[in-house]
Amino acid sequence: MAIGLTHYLVVSAILFSLGVFAIVTRKNAILVLMGLELILNSANLNFIAFAKFGGLNIEGHIAVMFIIVLAAAEVAVALAIVLNIYQNYHHIDVDEINSLKE
Amino acid sequence: MFSIFGLGPLTLITFLPLLGMIVMLLIPAGTDQEAKEKSKNYFRWITVGFTFIQLLLAILIYANFNSGMNGVNDPASFQFVENFKWISLTGLPMLGDLHINYFVGIDGISAPMILLTALICFVASFSSWSIKKAHKGYFIMYLLLDLGMMGVFISLDFFLFYVFWELMLLPMYFLIGIWGGPRKEYAAIKFFIYTLFGSVFMLLVMIALYFAVGSFNLLDMMDPANFKPGALLTGFETTWRLVAFIALFVGFAIKVPIVPFHTWLPDAHVEAPTPISVILAGVLLKMGTYGMLRIAWPIFPEAVAYFQDYIAFIGMVSIIYGALCALGQHKIGKRDLKKMIAYSSVSHMGYVMLGLAAMNTEGVVGAIFQMFNHGTITAMLFMIVGVIYDRSHTRGLDEFGGLANKMPIYTGIMTIAFFAAIGLPGLSGFVSEVLVFLGGFKAYPVMTVISTLGIVLGAAYMLWALQKVFFGKLPERWQGPWDPTGKIYKNDDINKIELAALVPLAIVVIFLGIFPGTLIDMMTTSVNHFIEFVKIGGQFAGM
Amino acid sequence: MTQETLLLLSAVNLLLPLLGFVAIIFNQKRLGRNAGYFGTSLLGVNLITSIIVAATKLTQFDQAGMLQMKFDWFSLGNHSVTIGLGLDNLAAVMLIVVNLISFLVHLFSLEYMRDDKRFPRFYAYLGIFTFSMIGIVIANNFLNMYIFWELVGLSSYLLIGFWYEKDSAANAGKKAFITNRIGDFGFFAGIMILFYTYGSFMFDDIFALIGDGHLPFDNGTMLTVAGILLFMGAIGKSAQFPLHVWLPDAMEGPTPVSALIHAATMVAAGVYLTARIFPMLTADALLFVAYIGAITAFIAATIAITQNDFKKVLAYSTVSQLGYMIMAIGVGSFTYGFFHLVAHAWFKACLFLGSGSVIHAMHHSMDKAHNHSMDPQDIRNMGGLRKRMPWTYYTFLFSTIAISGVPFTSGFLSKDGILAGTLAFGSLTGHWFITFAGYSAAAMTAFYMFRLLISAFHGRPKTEIAANTHENNKFITIPLVVLSVITFFGFYSLNPFDGGTGWFYNKLKAPATVVPAQYQWSFLVPYEKLNADLHSDNCMNCSPAEAKENPHSAGMENPHSEGMGEVHAEGMENPHAEGMGEVHAEGMENPHADIHAAEANHAHGVHAGSHHAMHRFEEATHEAHVPAMIISLIIAASGIFVAFTFYQFKVFNPDTIVGIIKPFYLLSYNKWYFDEIYDASIIWFTLAFSKLLAWFDLKIVDGTVNLVGWVVNGIGHIVGIFDNVVVDGLVNLSASTIGFFGIVLRKFQTGRVQAYLVMTIIGLMLLIYFVV
Repeated sequence: MAIGLTHYLVVSAILFSLGVFAIVTRKNAILVLMGLELILNSANLNFIAFAKFGGLNIEGHIAVMFIIVLAAAEVAVALAIVLNIYQNYHHIDVDEINSLKE
Repeated sequence: MFSIFGLGPLTLITFLPLLGMIVMLLIPAGTDQEAKEKSKNYFRWITVGFTFIQLLLAILIYANFNSGMNGVNDPASFQFVENFKWISLTGLPMLGDLHINYFVGIDGISAPMILLTALICFVASFSSWSIKKAHKGYFIMYLLLDLGMMGVFISLDFFLFYVFWELMLLPMYFLIGIWGGPRKEYAAIKFFIYTLFGSVFMLLVMIALYFAVGSFNLLDMMDPANFKPGALLTGFETTWRLVAFIALFVGFAIKVPIVPFHTWLPDAHVEAPTPISVILAGVLLKMGTYGMLRIAWPIFPEAVAYFQDYIAFIGMVSIIYGALCALGQHKIGKRDLKKMIAYSSVSHMGYVMLGLAAMNTEGVVGAIFQMFNHGTITAMLFMIVGVIYDRSHTRGLDEFGGLANKMPIYTGIMTIAFFAAIGLPGLSGFVSEVLVFLGGFKAYPVMTVISTLGIVLGAAYMLWALQKVFFGKLPERWQGPWDPTGKIYKNDDINKIELAALVPLAIVVIFLGIFPGTLIDMMTTSVNHFIEFVKIGGQFAGM
Repeated sequence: MTQETLLLLSAVNLLLPLLGFVAIIFNQKRLGRNAGYFGTSLLGVNLITSIIVAATKLTQFDQAGMLQMKFDWFSLGNHSVTIGLGLDNLAAVMLIVVNLISFLVHLFSLEYMRDDKRFPRFYAYLGIFTFSMIGIVIANNFLNMYIFWELVGLSSYLLIGFWYEKDSAANAGKKAFITNRIGDFGFFAGIMILFYTYGSFMFDDIFALIGDGHLPFDNGTMLTVAGILLFMGAIGKSAQFPLHVWLPDAMEGPTPVSALIHAATMVAAGVYLTARIFPMLTADALLFVAYIGAITAFIAATIAITQNDFKKVLAYSTVSQLGYMIMAIGVGSFTYGFFHLVAHAWFKACLFLGSGSVIHAMHHSMDKAHNHSMDPQDIRNMGGLRKRMPWTYYTFLFSTIAISGVPFTSGFLSKDGILAGTLAFGSLTGHWFITFAGYSAAAMTAFYMFRLLISAFHGRPKTEIAANTHENNKFITIPLVVLSVITFFGFYSLNPFDGGTGWFYNKLKAPATVVPAQYQWSFLVPYEKLNADLHSDNCMNCSPAEAKENPHSAGMENPHSEGMGEVHAEGMENPHAEGMGEVHAEGMENPHADIHAAEANHAHGVHAGSHHAMHRFEEATHEAHVPAMIISLIIAASGIFVAFTFYQFKVFNPDTIVGIIKPFYLLSYNKWYFDEIYDASIIWFTLAFSKLLAWFDLKIVDGTVNLVGWVVNGIGHIVGIFDNVVVDGLVNLSASTIGFFGIVLRKFQTGRVQAYLVMTIIGLMLLIYFVV
């Protein structure tokens, strides 16, 4: 059985679900960020798959490149926020950080 | 014709007070007592100065006035005309295009009123010396009032007229309400609401006329050809036109005031400070009758013909009723001298109504002349009351007596004023009353003869008051000087500032009594044209 | 002297006293006593010019009718209001009367008012009075007359109330002015009718138009009404019944003022007015005038009998004599009425100044005795002044004789003429009351005047004060002498028993009536007019023509003349004219007076008949002359006789008589209760009505306004509550609903990012489910 588009998409969906799961359930902000990375990578996998089997071609690759760069930047910013949160709250438990409520 | 910066004389004379207001706004009133004392003199003299320039302008206008021109309904024969677009809106929903012009000009009917307004505002600024508080605000309001009154008399555009008419209400409200007597709030609100009530009628008619004619130009409204077919007020002697006339008439009648719309007057007069009483009686009351002459009569001539008899009747009732009420003040209440004079105003304005109803040369000339004379004479009377009120803080007739020896000059001036009000020959009131009666008799013999009783009653209440105040013995409490400290009143008789206010009026009253032609000449052409125009327009019987 | 000069001189005459007024009133302190000399000398100049004017008018322009000067006062565009000056014989004589008396009063007051603190002002007021009085005299139109009419009212007011510290003086001034105003109300109404009908104020225009048959409202009754209304002015000014009440009170003024204004000149202005309007008075109006005059003469005379105040007696005497004059004009005895005015002016001024002299002397005597409680005017305090004040006494005596109608005085001439007129009137119309009133008033006049004279001057002094009086100085006696001298008959007529032959009568013949014949007494209508009433250009100018008639001429008839020229000759009436047939009227349109007179003669000539008078009344008066004279002589003599028996010889005690006729005495003493009646009726009613109306205005009219205000306020309150509860309630309800949801929904906002994410995903899934 040749590996087709469907397989890639399934893997990608699993990866996405794992990422969402991680974001929703993890209390540690770092782990939430890692979940985020998983989601981004699942999107990347989709782009590559559509570039190969769909009609996206080169545009798919370019989008992936963008996302990787974006993710790096995002992680940098996010880690900086986390670091700041840690300095303010002395922990990084996202359940306890609900000042957004106000 | 003269103009400064492209502004015509009428604009100048009207908006001159605005300049005065700006000047005064720039001068601080000061916070501590000493500064206030100092600044109040600035305000006084600035007002005197500006009103004096205004008076000079009015005299200049009089000198340049061509008494041979018709006016009334003919834009070409108005004088000192200025006409340019003021508000111009196009494509409004429902209204279409809205054009309001700054259209001013005078004819023989309004010219005497300009003179009167300038004169009264000038002399009343002297009697404003008696104002005790908040001078800055007072004099600014005073000039605003001046502006509004002058504007009413020059407007030839109904909208403009209305704006000035309302503009003058506001300062009047504050002038009575802040600087007035014990019941000032009541009087001020009564005045304001009463006149506003009248204005509403005027506003309704104005809008209805606008829809019929498509313009706010008063002169356009006078020509039946300009009325669009099918509009509410188009036609001749239709119910709506009669109703509109009544509404307009009531609006003006409240201002005159005629019985039974007169009760705001005694209250307003009694509570208002002296200079405001002077302006109220001297100029404001004339606006009602002026509005009838300028607006109600020429626009609805057939309604005048229709209601003529009733108007004459109202005039007669006002004359007798006002006189009897004035006489009754000797018998009722506090025997307030000022209230008596207020009622005498009702009576004297009744003469104007009688003359207007008569619709002949004698009647209308007499009416306009009476408007002028009542302005000067009643102004004198109110100032005179102010003089003793300032000194004694009472106006009760019973509390005086024997002042003739204490204040001889004052007595002399008051005698002139009282006899002028009685209609003594040689003083201006006589000429106008005679003219009104002669004209009135031509149209309404019986009612006029009854009205002549007013002069008998007039003599009764005026002489009664004169005797109460001046003759007999001086009461114990006034034996000493008015002001023992000598700070405010150096001697017992009338002081120079008060003389400055009274003497010009006395001179005018005597001069016009002997040479009434000086004023009558400027109005005759317009009045004759006015009568002809209204009579033809109204298809009076016999025309 | 030309007409223009003459009119100019009379204008100067008018303005000089005004100049005096203006000059004095503004310089009272500076002038001080000089004000008196200044005013007196101005009046002296005025007197001289007035004599020149009058003499010229009565000689050079005797026949010229009224010399006039008209000018426009102001224009009304299509027509003008015209006023002017006029001088006819009537005005010329009156001018002398006013100026002479005014001058003498000025002189008199120099002493009489010497100590008054407002001395300059007194002279200023005298000046404005003289000015206004002359204005009335030389008016040639009703407007002028009304203007000056009011101005004399003003000066009278000021002078009566001159001592205004006294309440009674202030009250009297006010009463005078207001009472006069009531008369003026009628006067003005009359002027309105005339102006409405004729469009002019001029006497000549109006009379000419009436003569042409133009009547007010095309109605003869309205002409009567107009006449009576104009006469109302005279009722007020001349203190006629029922408006006579002010004059006795006016005696509160200084005595010289009483002499000048309230005896001689201003009160005579009413008579003057009646004389002026005489040509336009209809039969009914004349009858009204005659009755008013007769009633006044009678009532006032009865009151004068019992008064004790020196000046009050004279005041009622004045009212009575004024009634006489009015009555005379009313019966058609125009000339004698005016004659009496002039004669009365002299002797009544003399009497008043005499009373002033007495009062002045009494005051001085009181001052010396330091007595200030006594009434110096009460005749019961006087007596025996004859020897102490001889000049005053003899002048007073002469004037009393004159007013009582004793022969050789002017009073006799005029009174006799009037009584003859009333007798003729009674016989012609049957109105005998007027005759009766005339004679009884004459009897009473003689009685009360001698009562006054005897009580004050004869006998022994009744008080110490009266015993110590002295004659006053020359300022006071000279006017008295002058005034009493000119009451001598010779100044008016050389025949002491018939005024009709003197210059006065002939210069001042009654003007012909202009009223259409059907509204006039037939005996007053000139014959030629009565005949056919064919032409109506009668006018004031007719009077001089009449003067030319010679009652005794015979022959010279010209029965069928066609041309006018040859008829133009004095006294050519046909003594046999009495027919009433047709008349030739050639050339009668010619307004010229002389030709007109000739015309009249012509008309007479045509109708051969025995007539030499212009109208029947004149003839009847002439016939009644001798019987009237005899009766009046008897009556005057009996009046004087009774006075002497009562007061001089004390044959009867007056008090016993009083006891017998108590009710009549009280009626007379209390002045017929006029003041009380007026107070209780008209005045009370007017005041009560005005009070009611003032109350009505305050409570009902203003109450209605306030009620409307209150109701609107109440409605506002209710609306306010509605607004609070309902409208605002709804708003609040919606707000609280939203608030409730907010409370529910805020639970979802946990602040936890993960929770949001879950919700986002749920939402996304729902969206996908529903939309896709």
